[in-house]
Amino acid sequence: MFDIVSFIPRAIAQSIPLLLGSTGEIITEKSGNLNLGTAGVMYVGGMCGVIGAFSYETSGKPMNGLLSVLIPVVCCLLGSLIMGLIYCFLTVTLRANQNVTGLALTTFGVGFGNFFGGSLIKLSGAEVPSIILTNTSNFFRTKLPFADSLGWFGQIFCSYSFLAYAAIIIAIIAGRTLRKTRVGLHLRAVGESPATADAAGINVIRYKYTATCLGSMIAGLGGLYYVMDYANGIWSNDAFGDRGWLAIALVIFTLWNPTTSIFASILFGGLYILYIFIPTGTNLANKELYKMIPYVVTIIVLIITSLRNKRENQPPEGLGLPYFREDR
Amino acid sequence: MEERTPALSMRNITKRFGSKVIANSDVSLDIYPGEILALLGENGSGKTTLMNILAGIYYPDEGEILIGGKPVTIASPKEAFNHGIGMIHQHFKLVDVLTANENIVLGMDKEGMLDLKTSAARIKKICDAYGFEVDPDEKIYDMSVSEKQTVEIVKVLYRGAEILILDEPTAVLTPQESDKLFAVLRNMRNDGKSIILITHKMNEVLSVSDRVAILRAGKYICDRVTSETNAQELTDLMVGHKVSLNIDRPEPVNSKERIRVKGLTVRNIDGVLKLNKVSFSAYSGEILGIAGIAGSGQKELLEGIAGLQPVEAGSITYVNDDGTTEDLIGKDPLEIAALGVSLSFVPEDRLGMGLVENMDLADNMMLRSYRVGKSVFTNRKDPENLAKQVIKELEVNTPGVHTMVRKLSGGNVQKVLVGREIASAPTVLLTAYAVRGLDINSSYTIYDLINQQKKRGVAVIYVGEDLDVLVELCDRILVLCDGHVSGILDGRTADKQTIGMMMTHIKEAADE
Repeated sequence: MFDIVSFIPRAIAQSIPLLLGSTGEIITEKSGNLNLGTAGVMYVGGMCGVIGAFSYETSGKPMNGLLSVLIPVVCCLLGSLIMGLIYCFLTVTLRANQNVTGLALTTFGVGFGNFFGGSLIKLSGAEVPSIILTNTSNFFRTKLPFADSLGWFGQIFCSYSFLAYAAIIIAIIAGRTLRKTRVGLHLRAVGESPATADAAGINVIRYKYTATCLGSMIAGLGGLYYVMDYANGIWSNDAFGDRGWLAIALVIFTLWNPTTSIFASILFGGLYILYIFIPTGTNLANKELYKMIPYVVTIIVLIITSLRNKRENQPPEGLGLPYFREDR
Repeated sequence: MEERTPALSMRNITKRFGSKVIANSDVSLDIYPGEILALLGENGSGKTTLMNILAGIYYPDEGEILIGGKPVTIASPKEAFNHGIGMIHQHFKLVDVLTANENIVLGMDKEGMLDLKTSAARIKKICDAYGFEVDPDEKIYDMSVSEKQTVEIVKVLYRGAEILILDEPTAVLTPQESDKLFAVLRNMRNDGKSIILITHKMNEVLSVSDRVAILRAGKYICDRVTSETNAQELTDLMVGHKVSLNIDRPEPVNSKERIRVKGLTVRNIDGVLKLNKVSFSAYSGEILGIAGIAGSGQKELLEGIAGLQPVEAGSITYVNDDGTTEDLIGKDPLEIAALGVSLSFVPEDRLGMGLVENMDLADNMMLRSYRVGKSVFTNRKDPENLAKQVIKELEVNTPGVHTMVRKLSGGNVQKVLVGREIASAPTVLLTAYAVRGLDINSSYTIYDLINQQKKRGVAVIYVGEDLDVLVELCDRILVLCDGHVSGILDGRTADKQTIGMMMTHIKEAADE
């Protein structure tokens, strides 16, 4: 029997890194920056959080709940901010090719994570190849106190940690900001046509920097959520997998709409873990086929979205292009 | 006349790009309130650069700008707005997926939520005051070119501009739309606003402006009161020597049917009917002009003949000198060439389809001839010589044959393209908007080239937008209206008004 009550919370937990990653990438892409480095940014975000938590846990002092959450979050935000800044400096200020820069940042981010991951594993002297930060993770995974008393309702809607709710709130705020506010209108204009925005008196470079750095920080939180919450505070090299790329696929799937991304992420999260919930018996080959589903869906979605030709559903027109006012 | 304070003065403005290119050199210019100033000059004479300095796009290297007598600095478009300067660019600066309203309020300083209701009301007020029609909720991509331009003008007025700069506003408009625009400009002038108009069309300069300022090679030459001058004087001042303003129209000799089009019907990729049962013939040694509002099917017609456009129904036949015929439909451009049929094609978007902007002149010449020869390696010598020849004959202004095409100015790019097409010795020459954006002098060079081809016995099909030129240059004029042929006129007797009417109304009698 398919256990829907335990499936949904698992799907949602799985979806949060995707949601944070895609929200961050949507904000970034709305400014015309195609940051393919998101996977790397999420890796760095997660790793920086781990470094912060590791230093605090091993400092020997008694652990304070607030601090043990705050330190990793701040470290994570700083790390991903630096990644965003590097991307902006290269593509906006120096006008380097966005695709190449993004791919380089992904390679760099994964390498950064694995390097420090390996170093910390060695420092901690663990027997298994992972860093275990259970204490910090317990603080991160604090649930709403009344979740357990509400039965299936509590399990489906109230059993998540603060980062999960934050992710959804961030997505809703981002969606509203883009649609309803002046800042959102300006950002959309920058991404669609930087020359137009510039002629209208909008500071294109500032918008590109701000949106990309903010987007990177949000995406970085996705990496942190994965380690501290989803993986129960256990960092293993390469465990984060290809979630960063799925987040970028989600951006296209949701047609650059963070609010849609909430549902799309849950759908993808569900597909990601579907294989655990479908009894396959001893035949492992079937399991591998189910694991393929999210990628197959991604391909199908990309085909379908490329068939639609409504103008609003297209990527921002200036996506991937450098902008220089005095260019002739 | 009493002394007036200029609304804006430019003093000794110099602008360089890099160390070699001097776009403006020591330019001083005044514009008064309640006046329309036409800025006249050849391509590359620095008009647009000068205006971009006022609009805050470029920053001058030397010189100063005074507004109402006070020196100011304009470091960004935003500061230009704050000083009441608004520019309507040649390539519209509008975001396609936003509505007119959103485009108009874009970049306006007020944080927080968008209040599109208030702005819609203000837009309506501006429209009523000057006689515009704008639907604030319409998306830009649904608009015609002239509607987009209206949005641009309203956008500038919404920001409270007192000085409006229009860069070749009529290049993309029909004569009727241009007249409407000029009426609005006069309204604004009477309202005390200053208007600077950049245009190449002499008749517009004479009919709408109060004063003309002339730039040549980046330098300010002089100004003239419009009512005290004429087209000949202005052209001579602009070019720097005497030029003849008459377009030759040699009598067609030995005309023979070359291309026969029957019942041509074409749908575009969205299934919209672009050409509906178009029939006509083009003769050798003759120029057939094609007139019509932009997007009436000109592009599809030329591409259909060139084999670049799938055809739904109808036939296109090529008639050889000996009377035998070849069917062109269903052949791709290569096959058409292999049959001994040579079509030279100057596409509408010269950089988009005609030339590769990141390749140099010689390599662009080679795009037509790379199949020649048996060796694995390409022959670079001939294209290089051809490039040199084109540069010499058409007076292309370039540092050399190995300069990338994108570094050349629009007029020079055009010359390179036309030169290459003509060099392939065609029997049919298809040109679309061959002089778009070119100044008078370059335009006349192009007309000469086309006439030379006509004399050689080439059947020329010339899609044009300037009706004055069409009636002077072409032997016959085919008028398209929304994909229909609304009539074929004799170029010697046709007049502009009739053609203008036919561009917008289908003459029922024209359908058999």
